[in-house]
Amino acid sequence: MPIWLRTWIQGMKQTGRFHPSWILLVVLTTLVVAGIVWIPTQMVSKTQPESLADARAVPASNTPASATEEESAAAKKTHAPAGASLASATADFTPPDIDDLPDGDFGDAVRLGRNIFNDTQTYARAYVGNGLNCVNCHLDAGRKADSGPLWAAFGMFPTYREKNSQVNTYEDRLAGCFRFSMNGKEPPRGSKELVALMSYSYWMSRGAPIGVELKGRGYPKLAAPAQPADTARGKKIYEANCAICHGADGLGTRLSDGRYAFPPLWGDDSFNAGAGMTQVHNAAAFIRANMPLGQGNTLTEQEAWDVAKFMNSHPRPADPRRAKS
Amino acid sequence: MKTPLPRSRPCINWSLMLGILLIACASLGLNPAHADSRAGATLAQQGGSGISACVSCHGARGEGQAATGFPRLAGQPQAYLLRQMQAFADGTRKNPMMEPIARALSAQQMRDLADHYAGLPGWSAPVKTGSPDPAAAPGPRLATAGNWDKEIPACFACHGPGGAGIAPHFPAITGQPRAYTRTQLKAWQAGTRSNDSQGLMKSVADRMTDADIEAVSLYLENPAATGRSE
Repeated sequence: MPIWLRTWIQGMKQTGRFHPSWILLVVLTTLVVAGIVWIPTQMVSKTQPESLADARAVPASNTPASATEEESAAAKKTHAPAGASLASATADFTPPDIDDLPDGDFGDAVRLGRNIFNDTQTYARAYVGNGLNCVNCHLDAGRKADSGPLWAAFGMFPTYREKNSQVNTYEDRLAGCFRFSMNGKEPPRGSKELVALMSYSYWMSRGAPIGVELKGRGYPKLAAPAQPADTARGKKIYEANCAICHGADGLGTRLSDGRYAFPPLWGDDSFNAGAGMTQVHNAAAFIRANMPLGQGNTLTEQEAWDVAKFMNSHPRPADPRRAKS
Repeated sequence: MKTPLPRSRPCINWSLMLGILLIACASLGLNPAHADSRAGATLAQQGGSGISACVSCHGARGEGQAATGFPRLAGQPQAYLLRQMQAFADGTRKNPMMEPIARALSAQQMRDLADHYAGLPGWSAPVKTGSPDPAAAPGPRLATAGNWDKEIPACFACHGPGGAGIAPHFPAITGQPRAYTRTQLKAWQAGTRSNDSQGLMKSVADRMTDADIEAVSLYLENPAATGRSE
């Protein structure tokens, strides 16, 4: 016990203004406050990985940082029962084989959806304003766990999203991808592109529980980095691990027909500033789990944070919501 | 050089002259580091001291030899070819036939050869022949979609649409003899070929079973023959 405290307590005793039970009172008060404020926060954050970030984003809803296009398909979930345990909040799900498609009109829609997903440049050209394809950030045709899989996103809609301050259907969510990540325009609701993408997602998630957090959903959230994410360190990591495909200039590698063999990470042909991938925590989580391609989880978490920060330190198309205001 | 210059802007004209001179030098091949694909063609045809003629194994037009598994060189990215010769020389790619040849090649000869073979036409699919080999059945799937349950990306994700290669780092893999592809995948596994950037091929090959390797090697030899060339 520090000397000043001891002196103070003795002084209190002598003046008769102190009683040892005060200590008990203070400790109990602290515990009660912690019980009300801190513990539920912890439990909620376990069951809802996005909730803390969401809470932070609320007061500054006009800043780019809150312009949350969750490419991770980690839609903002605000209705899960607080205090639910981790085990009961996540479930395993194995999506169907990618070639095991149904026949008939439904099968045709699912096939078109898959084609749009893998080759957005061809199959949804009218709504795309950059050089990307859906599959660039949702690997294995939107099927890979920890890579924003469609089957884990589908059952989480409708849901309220701070991004546009309203309840979003899954169709709304898909349309948002076109506006932000694809830097294009939203396909009309009911358009054949959205119908096809919804059919594809529905097919992939058939049998999955609705409204239940599935294991592998979104990108696995990383703990805060030991050291603040650093652009200079990120640059070195980029050069050693990423440049071979994405180019020393980050502008991707183009084929002779002008298409991208490897997607641009910034610049005019990349996602715009409203996309979820512009949030360093999203980008770091995706990179850590999935990059370099075929070598997921080989970078350290710190490296993922640093290289994500480096990626997002470059210019890209403006957030369409800000450009118009 | 004594032609009268307009007095008003002499500096601009002199820098223009210098520019033209530099371009002329470059186009005439005066730059000593410039690769000479003609010298490369001669070397490929005739060989040299300690260097057997490339054509004797890799074919008259660099098309390779299916029966023996000598790879196609024609149309591969120049930088890729150069890196392979360097790898044979420095031992990161083990091969009893190529290692002594690569060590006998000068840096200039390597560049000439790489230039020569990169300039030859690449593989194009022959007309569909024969019936598909059942062992190739999982091949198209691995090549075009991968097997993410085992973290195997599609071959074509890095080797380009149709496996035609993406310069400078990723070679064409379609049209290669099945024996060649099989040997290489096993070499990545065994570590006798370790000249891949960032260990990218090693990490993929390690996750492939012998059946995967067989299927993909068969498929890549001629995707058209399996009836699905996506």
